[in-house]
This record gives sequence, C-alpha cells and structure tokens, in this order.
Amino acid sequence: MENRAGLEYWIRGLGRLTMLLMEVVKSLFTQRFNWDGFLQQLHFIGVKSQSVVLITGAFTGMVLCAQTYFQFHKVHMDSATLAVVSVSMCSELGPVLTALMVAGRVGASMAAELGTMKVTEQIDALRTLATHPVDYLVVPRILATLVAVPLLTIEAISIGIGAAYVVGVGLLDIDAAYSWSFVMKYTDAHEVYSGMIKALFFGLSIALVGCYKGLFCEGGAEGVGKAATEAVVYASITVLMSNFFLTLLLTRLFGS
Amino acid sequence: MIEAQHLSKKFGTNVVLDDVSFTVQEGQRLVIIGRSGTGKSVLLKHLVGLMEPDQGEVLVNGEKLTGLDERELLRVRSRFGMLFQSAALFDSLSVAENVGFVLQRERKLSPKEVADRVAEALEMVELGGTQDKRPSDLSGGMRKRVGLACTIIYHPEIILYDEPTTGLDLVVSDSIDRLVLRVNEKLKATTIVVTHDMRSVRTIAQRVIMLYHGKVYADTTPEELFASQDPVIYKFVNGISDAKNNGF
Repeated sequence: MENRAGLEYWIRGLGRLTMLLMEVVKSLFTQRFNWDGFLQQLHFIGVKSQSVVLITGAFTGMVLCAQTYFQFHKVHMDSATLAVVSVSMCSELGPVLTALMVAGRVGASMAAELGTMKVTEQIDALRTLATHPVDYLVVPRILATLVAVPLLTIEAISIGIGAAYVVGVGLLDIDAAYSWSFVMKYTDAHEVYSGMIKALFFGLSIALVGCYKGLFCEGGAEGVGKAATEAVVYASITVLMSNFFLTLLLTRLFGS
Repeated sequence: MIEAQHLSKKFGTNVVLDDVSFTVQEGQRLVIIGRSGTGKSVLLKHLVGLMEPDQGEVLVNGEKLTGLDERELLRVRSRFGMLFQSAALFDSLSVAENVGFVLQRERKLSPKEVADRVAEALEMVELGGTQDKRPSDLSGGMRKRVGLACTIIYHPEIILYDEPTTGLDLVVSDSIDRLVLRVNEKLKATTIVVTHDMRSVRTIAQRVIMLYHGKVYADTTPEELFASQDPVIYKFVNGISDAKNNGF
C-alpha cells in the first residue's frame, strides 16, 4: 500500500511539473513579460552567486590539476594535465558543480520564498488580484535562471582552468607552452557546446523544481522547510542523473 | 449578483460545506458567521474561485465559475477584491507597491497618476504617508487597512472580507468595521464579510448567514439574529460554550 501511495505521489508530481512547464511556455508567448521580476531574479541568481561559483570553480580546477598531475607524472605526461582539466571542466565539472551550487542556493530560496507566499495566502491574494502566479512569479525566475546558469558555468570553467594553470605552471612546474598547446588541441568546441547545453537544462530543472516545490507547498513553516529541502535534493538528483544521459546523447550528437 | 448553489466540499472525511445555497444581491452587505472550523473561509474562497467545490456551482452575474480554467477565472476575479485574514501583503514590496500593484500591472496610468491614487487610497484608510514602509514594519491593524487599500484602489464590484477584525483590539476593530461601511457606501460594492465578531455583525450587516456543521443554519437579518431564542444561535451570539463544569 505504501509503495502504491509513493508511486501515485511521484506520478502526480511529474504531472504537475509538466503542467507547470506547459503553463510557463504558454505564458511566455501570450502574456506580458514581468521585466522587473526578471532583472531582480537575474541579480539574485547571477550577481549574488559570484562568490560561491568562483570558489567552487577555482578549487575544483586546482584539485583536479593536482590529482591529475600526481598520476600523469608517474608516466611522464605532465604537460597533458591541463588538457584533462580543461576537457573535464568544460563538459562535466563546470556545468555540474555550478548547477549543484545554484541548486543549493537558488533552488532552496525559490522554494522557500514561494512556499512562504503560499502558506501566508500571498499566492491566493495574487490570484484574487487577477494575476496568474506563473506569469508574475515563475516565468521571471525560470528565464533568469536560464540566462544566469550558463553564464555562471562559463565563469566557473574559466576560473577553474585559470586556477589549474596557476597551480600546474606556478607550483608543479609543468611546461606552460606545451600545456597550453594541449589544452587548445584537445578541448574541442563541442565540449563547450555540451557544457552550455547541459547548463541550460540544469538551469531549467533547478528553477522548475524550486518553483514547483514552492507553489505546491503545504502545512505552514514545517511545509516550507520541507519544500526547500526537497527542492535542493530533487534538483541535485535531477542534475546528476540527467548529466549522465545528456553526456551520452550529446556525445552521440557531436561525436566524441 | 453572486449565487452559491448546493455547494459541498470535503477534505478527506471532514465535510466542511454541505449543500450550501444562497444568493447575494448587488450592493448588499452580507455577513457570514459561524464557529471556527465551520467552513466560512472555505466558502469565501469558493465564491472567488480560489477553491473548486466537490459538488454545486458558484455563479457570478450569471457566469458559472465551475469548469473555468485559471486564466478564465482571472477575468472573473478582476471584478473582485478580497481582504485576507492575514492581509496577505507582498513582503518583498513596499506599502505603495502593494497598494498600487493592480494599477502598475495594468499600465493604463502614468507613474504619477498611480502614486496619486495610492496616496488617495491610503488616506481613505487613514494611513497617509506610509508609502515607503515595508509590510513587516506595520502593526496587525495597519496591515489590514493597507490590505483594504490594495483592494479599494481599483474599485471592485464585489469585496470579500475574511475575518477583518480577528486579532485586533476593540478600538481598531471598530475603525475597520466603519471603514468597511464607508467603502461599501462609496463604491456601492457588494460586500461579503466572514467574521465571528458580533460587534462587526451589528455594525456592518444588512443580512446574516450562520453556518453550522457546514450547512446554512440561519439566513436572517441582524435584528432577528440577536433576538433569536434558538439555542444554537443564542449560544453563538452570546458566546456560551457547551463545555461542562467538571469541577476544576
């Protein structure tokens, strides 16, 4: 019985999520766009995530460089270290880690903010004022995340590669010219395209899950806490699982 | 005109509304009373289409709300104003932005005209000069009055009030009641108030509906309500509980 109830909960959730996405698309093409809300969210997601993304990108690049170097050094392939960092950062680590950071910061915040609005009747008040919550609250958040996450990903990738260069060339004495030449040789444009497509998909998932959890939150303060936690957990799981399938799909699309 | 026809609503096994029917004429001031948990607020949410009944219909000027999708409901709701129990002001906006929300969204007026209308609405609820405050800076009574200003600024045809005086002291409650009357007289709006405050009933009501166990128990005038010797009505009006004295 419990399994059946759990399955029903999941199916209902997926149905609502799909309906929410359809409503967002409909709103985008038929309703007046809330520019103020979009710019506020862009500032919140893009500008206020700077420190988190910079630290994540830099230290990921640095540790990846160090670990790769320790292994490659044994087989005298030191100068290939930065190429491995570059390819990993562009296609996998940059998009995934940025998305996980944004999911933790922004996904939770969206769910908590909309959830509080739900339990304090502010969403009902909005509906009574003849304003659709999707037009006013959800569309600006989703579009702002779609714009911000790829930009933050580019930033994390650049900082990661830069930090790896500093560690590799500055601390580990890797040859700068060879390293850079291998970076340019092995980092294909499709690695960058794949990373950006993933970033777009992850951004959509984070915002959609955060807004969904907030809009369908129930049960007062406890419900808001639960919605925020679930938004982070589900968005993170979506990012990690979809990353695998996207990697397979995009590799098939662009070639390896 | 608003018509509720045989409305029923259950949450799980809990029957909240059970075959509730009534009609509210244009410009009328109806007060809905009943003990906590008898479905007053749920009924109000049905009237504005925020909830869908399990059975029955709500008609606003002859148009059925049941079966309309959310966007069609928005069109119907533009005739409504609603003051929520918690005032439901938007935390992220200032008082002026809250009050001018609908006018700013419609973009039919210049920013100067919106600011003038906001100032006028705030003056009407005796809160002139509070435009730059945040909802968190306001007391309970002030929040309710700002909530009312948000509603009256766009001159709705129908105004719903969900327990407008709950949690307020008697003086503030009286000022809110008089405000409700003043708004009704000025806008000629149909007014439906949900309350269990008998002072509000005396001040506001032209007609009273009492809900009891999810049903319409009485549909009467305030004079008849206060003169009633029916035990259920008498106990409710005079605040007498059924609790037995158990010796403590």
